Order: sequence, then C-alpha cells, then structure tokens
Amino acid sequence: MVTTPETSVAARARYEAVIGLEVHVQLLTATKIFCSCSTRFGNPPNTNVCPVCLGLPGALPVLNRKAVEFAALAAMALNCQVNATSIFARKNYFYPDLPKGYQISQYDKPLAEHGAIEIPVQGGAKKIGITRVHLEEDAGKSLHEGFADSVDTTAIDLNRSGVALIEIVSEPDIASPEEAYEYLIRLKEIILYTGVSDCNMEEGSLRCDANVSVRARGQREFGTKTEVKNVNSFRFIREALEYEIERQKGVLESGGQITQETRLYNSNEGKTYNMRSKEQAHDYRYFPEPDLLPLIIDEKRQAEIRRSLPELPEARRKRMVADYGITEYDAQVLTFSKALADQFEAAAKAAKNPKRVANLVQSELMGRLKAKGCEIEQSPISMKGVALSADLVESGVISGKMLKDLYDLSFAREKDFPDVYEEEGRPEQSRDTSALEQTIDEILAAHPRQVEQFRAGKTAVIGFFVGQVMRASKRQANPQLVNELLTRKLGG
Amino acid sequence: MELTSLTIDSARSAIQERKTTAVSLAEWAYRKIESDDPTIGAFITLSKERALAKAAEIDEMAKKGEKLAPLAGVPFGIKDVMVTRGVRTTAGSKILGNYLPPYDCTAVARLETAGAVVLGKMNCDEFAMGSSNENSAWKPVRNPRDISRVPGGSSGGSAAAVAADMALATLGSDTGGSIRQPASFCGVVGLKPTYGRVSRYGLIAFASSLDHIGPLTKTVKDAAIVLRTIAGQDPMDSTSVGPAVPDYVADLEKPVRGLKIGVAKEYFGEGLDREVRAALEAAIQKLAELGCEVVEISLPHTKYAVPTYYIVATAEASSNLARFDGVRYGHRASAARTLSEMYRRTRDEGFGAEVKRRIMLGTYVLSAGYYDAYYLKAQKVRTLLTRDFDQAFQRVDAIVTPTSPTAAFKLGEKVDDPLAMYLADIYTVTANLAGIPGISIPCGKTSEKLPIGMQLLGKHFDEATILRLAHAYELAEVQN
Repeated sequence: MVTTPETSVAARARYEAVIGLEVHVQLLTATKIFCSCSTRFGNPPNTNVCPVCLGLPGALPVLNRKAVEFAALAAMALNCQVNATSIFARKNYFYPDLPKGYQISQYDKPLAEHGAIEIPVQGGAKKIGITRVHLEEDAGKSLHEGFADSVDTTAIDLNRSGVALIEIVSEPDIASPEEAYEYLIRLKEIILYTGVSDCNMEEGSLRCDANVSVRARGQREFGTKTEVKNVNSFRFIREALEYEIERQKGVLESGGQITQETRLYNSNEGKTYNMRSKEQAHDYRYFPEPDLLPLIIDEKRQAEIRRSLPELPEARRKRMVADYGITEYDAQVLTFSKALADQFEAAAKAAKNPKRVANLVQSELMGRLKAKGCEIEQSPISMKGVALSADLVESGVISGKMLKDLYDLSFAREKDFPDVYEEEGRPEQSRDTSALEQTIDEILAAHPRQVEQFRAGKTAVIGFFVGQVMRASKRQANPQLVNELLTRKLGG
Repeated sequence: MELTSLTIDSARSAIQERKTTAVSLAEWAYRKIESDDPTIGAFITLSKERALAKAAEIDEMAKKGEKLAPLAGVPFGIKDVMVTRGVRTTAGSKILGNYLPPYDCTAVARLETAGAVVLGKMNCDEFAMGSSNENSAWKPVRNPRDISRVPGGSSGGSAAAVAADMALATLGSDTGGSIRQPASFCGVVGLKPTYGRVSRYGLIAFASSLDHIGPLTKTVKDAAIVLRTIAGQDPMDSTSVGPAVPDYVADLEKPVRGLKIGVAKEYFGEGLDREVRAALEAAIQKLAELGCEVVEISLPHTKYAVPTYYIVATAEASSNLARFDGVRYGHRASAARTLSEMYRRTRDEGFGAEVKRRIMLGTYVLSAGYYDAYYLKAQKVRTLLTRDFDQAFQRVDAIVTPTSPTAAFKLGEKVDDPLAMYLADIYTVTANLAGIPGISIPCGKTSEKLPIGMQLLGKHFDEATILRLAHAYELAEVQN
C-alpha cells in the first residue's frame, strides 16, 4: 500500500518524542583537574602537559579544589542537591587520545543530583529535571589532518587531556527539538551567569549529546533510544533531533524496529548516521578510582560555595520586571549576559529615576538596535549613556524630541550619548515660557467645557490639556513644564 | 671497607668520620655486583654515573666536616617499578624495555635528599606480579642463600641484593607480600608500611589500593631509618595521609615488656611447613621471654583473603596497565595496519604470560554482569577482613604470623601452577587488603639452612610498635 502524505502526517502525529540531553561543560579553572598544567586554549600541541596528564607510569591525580568549587556552584545554580560525599570512578576504554586507558569520572555517586531548570513553552513554563551533575577529566584530541603524513597517521595533542569538565545529564523530560533548544539556551545562560565556564562551543567548552526515542502518544514505556553525537551548535541539535525523530517514526510506521545505537549528525546533509550499535558498545568497567579519596563537600563548604552564587537569570528577570516596570521581553534582553544586566542596574540605580532608564532602553534603544541589526552588547550607547540621557530629560534640560535626535546622532556617529551630547554643545530646551503660555491660553480658550469640569473638581482632565499642548508644540514642550503652567492657569 | 660488615648507621658514621668514602663504598658495591650478579641477577640497570656523582657530593661534604644526612653515602638499590629520572625503568617488562622516565619517584627523591647513593634498578617480577621473581621479562633472580632456589617475589632483586651485600639497603614494593615474602626467603628485613604512610607517586601501579613502597634492609634499625626518610604526606599522592611521622629510630629503644602479641590460629593451619611452624613457635616463645603477653586471637575471614586479593588486585591491574598501549612510550608493535591491531600486537608482544593472565582476570571481574558477583563482593569481604583486624587490635598491640608457609622453593617448582604460586601469599595479602603495616624478620633456618621469616602485623600507622618488637627480637637473637 502506498502511503499518501496525508495519512503519513496523521500517522506520524500519533507519536511523541522523548529526549534527554547530556551536556559537557569545560570549567574555567586556570589549571587542569588533576595536575597543575595550564588549560590555555590554542597553545602549541603537547606543551601544556606533565607526567599526570600524559598518563606516564607512576603518576597520580590530585584533585583541583577550584574545579570542585566551580562544579558545585554550577550544580547549585541548576537547583541540584550537592552530595556530601561523591566518588570518582574510572571509565575504562582504549583510545589514542585517552592517555591512561581510562577516564577519571564519577559514576554511581556523582557530585550532585535532583536538579531542574525552567524553560519557556507556549503559554507558560516547563520544568526540565537535571538527573545529575558530575566532575570528570577531558581527553586529548586526535588530529587526523593538517600534517604532511596525515594520509596514513593520526597525531595526538594532549593539551586538553585532564581539563576539568562537568557533565550535566537531563531527565528525559524534553518532548521536542524546540524544547531541547530552549533547554540548552537556558542551561548555557545559567552556566554563563555562574562564571564557571565560557560555554564556547567553537572551542569545545560546551558539547552536547542527545538521547532520543519516540513512542505512541500516551504510552508509558519508553521506546528504544538512539544517541546522537558530534553536534556542535544548538541549532544543529535541533535539526539533528528533528531529523532523528522523523527517521524513527518512519522506521516504526513501516513496521520496523529502532536499533539502540550511537549516531553521528552530519550537518551538511542534515542527517544522522550509524556510528556503532549496542553490540559494539563499550563495557566501560567502571569501578571506584583508588588513587583518589572520596570527595567530601560538607555543609560548611557548601554554604561557602553557595555564598558566591549570583542571582540567576530567571530570578533576576522577575525582579527587574517588578522593579523597573519593564516587559518580560526587555528583561530577557537586558539579562542576555550578567555583565549587561549589571551595567543596566548600576546605571538605573545611579539615575534620578530608575524607571525612566528602563523606559528609555525599552522605547528608544531597542528599536534602534533592531533596525541596525546589532546585539545590545554592540550598542553605541552604553547603559551609562542611557542613564545620563534619562537624567537630562528628568530634570527638564532636554526634551523628549531632543533626546530622540541625540540618540539618532549617537547611532549615526557610533558614539556614546555623553560624547554626542558634548559635541552638540550640551543643548538645552528653551526655558522661555511665553510662547508655551500663549499656546496654553489658546487651548484653554478653545475648550471652556473641559475647563469647567476641571474647576468642578474633575482634575483628571488635566491629562487632556497636556496632550493638546504637547500636540500643538509638536512634542517639543517639556511635559513637566506644561503640567506646571496648566495647573497654575487652571487653578487661577 | 666492605658492605658485608656495615649497616646504614655504621656506613654513614664511617663516611662522616672519614674512615671510608662514599665513592669507595659505591665502587666496592659495583665490584661486588660485577663479580656476583651474573649469578644472582638482582640488577636490571646500573646507574653508575648518578651514583658516583652523588657519592662524590657526599664525600665533599664529609671533607668539609658538614653533618651528613641519615642516609649519606649508603649504597641503595631501587626496585625497577619506581621511576628514576633519566635512568631506564622497565618494571621488569619488555613493554617498557627502553623507557626513560622524565621524573623521580617521591620515595627515591627523598632517599637521595637524605644522601642515598642509588646504584641501580632491581630485578622483579613483571609489574610486580609474582611470588618468585620468575616472571621478570629479563632474567630470574637466584636466592643468594641457595642459588637453586627463588628469592621470592616480586621484590626478588631487592631482597637478593641486600642478602648478597651488593647494596646496603633497597626499596621494594609490596602489593600482596612482595617485600615481606622475599625478605623472608632471603633472610633479610622487609617492611611494608601502612597504606598512605609512604607516597606512591612514581611507583608504577599494579593495584593502586594495595600497592606500598617499603625498605629491605639487613637490620630492623636500618628499616626504621629508611622508613623515617621516605614516610610522610606528599602533595603528589592524594592517598598519602595520616598522622605526623614519628621518630621510628628513637622509638626502637622503648621497652617491649607488657606488649600484647596476638597469635591467630588461622595463620597456623593446613599448608604450613613443619619447620616454619617450629621456628615460629620458638620465636613466639622468645617474645614471651622478652616480657610480651601472648594472646590467642581469631581472624575468621582469613580464608577468603587470597581469592579476595586476586579479584581486587587483578581488577585494578587491568585498568592500571591499560596505559601501556604503544601510543606514547614503551614498546609499539611495528607494521600494524590498524589501531586495534597496533593495540593487540603491542600488548601481546610486550606483556608476559602472568601479566596477561591477570589483565584478563581483572577485566572479567569488572565486566558488566559480573561486577557485583566478583568485584563488589570482594570489596565487601575486604571490609570484613579489615574489621577482623580492627577487632583483634582492640585486644593486642601486634599480631605474629609466619611470613610464608614455606621457605624458599626451587626455581621452576611452581611456574606451571599459578594457583600454588598464589598461595605463597596466603599470610601476607591480608595486610595489603587491610592497609595495616607488616614487617618480616629472620627467625631461624630450616634444616637445609634456608631462612625463615616471622611477620609482625601492626595497627594502622603504628609501624613504631612492630619495629620496636622486631628490634627487640633481633637483639635477643644476636645475643644468643
């Protein structure tokens, strides 16, 4: 029977995806996890090495205290419970860039467990569980090209061998490639906020593998999963998952069975390919690492570490919405990085009216940035500049219109607001009230009924008059001044 | 001056007092090695340049009248499982046939800082796996007391060299008895300290949770001097922990009267040679005469020690030896066409039969589906064995046992029977599993004039008590 596209779509809709993600994050420690070699990226091959990270006979690992602190901090930021005792374990397998023939990792007693983060979904938020966060060492790099004899030899660079990593394993709570994408965005944002990693995917400091299966909607048991590896951007993860889910549905719909296997994503073709099957899967023969004592992070130490936990993006956004009266969206933009959010808040707090700073960011800055197609981090106007402009408007020195003009100049000249303000000779709006008073008199004369209402106690009508005056002045008038004059004239 | 008549203390004093020089002692040792070692086979590699440079340095200090360090000018041998910068270190294996380490083992560095002159690297069973030294990839070692017999293992070269006066003292390693059993076979003193007492940094790992470094010497006092030098925390070994290092040498003189000595029936059962039993009974009698109280105790889980040991040790070994893959150093099979062929051939050519056997056993016991039944179970039994000792040590200060069920056996006698060979460790593996200190000292001879060893086991980090007892016993024997 030939399946028409319609029935295929309907059939495919009967399935749902179950996704779990394993994310490796490289910690920003100055030295490696078990030795004092530098972790600097980009040094000549095999220069950041010593007997320990080369796996020389007789060498022993000594745990980096900072790596523990960073891992615990990340785990706390992901709402995990940090275990008072965790155990390092050896994961045994042969590979040329794995110098000891085993990776020191953690297995049945990881550093932290039972965490969760929230991701935005249609109409609200969804909690994605974090199964565990554990510490481990990175392997070296196999270089298959770039050398004269690369045709038949592989070179090994062990600079990365022993660099501290955390592995963050999610619960299979992710139901779509879109959710996986959101999860990764949020996860990265949180890790960046803690400062324990730069999460730079190009340099490999954030890597992600995905476990994915499909099952009939409503079915409780999981389907057979595949593991998708070698995906080096969040967008590719989404694409790889989209492909893999459709592939699995197709296999099931045509009466086939999913094979448990590891698949590699080819981003040029947008397809996944079999790498190894379950039968070929490694038996890692985990056992407790006898060269390291159990890792103890007692309550006192946990409390110490927790003290350096910054306000996390989600909480900060909620507070900023409340404090500055900005929208969720703008809070999102302003918390893009911790540095930016810090700058904004510092500027806002230093300004005469913090909310005005927020309003200016929202109403004047964002639109211009969008039109220019640049990120807030590349804005010509700094948060300090926004604060100065807010103060100038607040104190009536410049008008709203003048501010807009100055912002335009800033963007045109790619200079910060204070510079442009200086270049323009510190302009001020006219303090001569006679023209404005004349306008007000005319407007009051033209609306006797509203004047009556005001005098009868319906003072809210003043808003109407302000609007009229502003329109008549083509928004050049200082609203504060207009208000003052109106109140005086109506009252008199 | 000849090494024959010297101990560590007397050698250092003689150099200090300029009755001899460190250089002449080293040269004497090298002449002795040249004449005797072709028969004994105790050394794998000599480090003459390094030794003579160090000796000259010591002599220069003595000449200036500077106070010499405790091991100044003492000719030492280092078991070939401890890495030595620039001096070939093979672990008794072909897979490291030409390996030149770029750093020094902490224990060796501490010896040299204390003035020791490192003559060379001692023969041993490949990767310290064996009880007869017949598993050396290079050559067997012969027992200087009877060259038709083995010196014990795996530190066979270390024990034989001291017994044959080719070195005044040596370092050995002990994973299941590898210092104590050869000490007993060769009639010298061998000390395995508490786990954590001596840094393992630079010790080529066999089984990390069981490996220990310790001295083989002519006298108990010499063992105390060496231990005092090499003991103590090392920032390079996370498992080197424990209380401050006491002055083991000063503590030797404390009285032994009133110490309680435990005798466990489990160590005097089936398989114990009649003459060894008799020698031990006499030694226990001697300890009683010295004023010790002999207490009968039981260590009920002893019978599980050998199987437990061979699970834990092989499991760890299978992982520890994975790094010998031909990629970075050591032997690499030539002309392999694929990566897996390179791995297979390198390891097939590089490792000997016993090492392969243990890698396979260890891989098996850690495999999915077998881990719980073997490795996990063994760890539980290990806990029980340790508890046996903890309970016994609530009642006694030390435990006395034979070091080995028999005196030295003949070369070739057990090579084809690995299980019989494994049982040679029956009295020594328990101390490794529990991490407690143990010392073997000579306690008489068989009718064939073969040395018999007595083992004294102590509480964790209480080397001082067993050294003190051993010292008192040794003095009493000498006075006889």
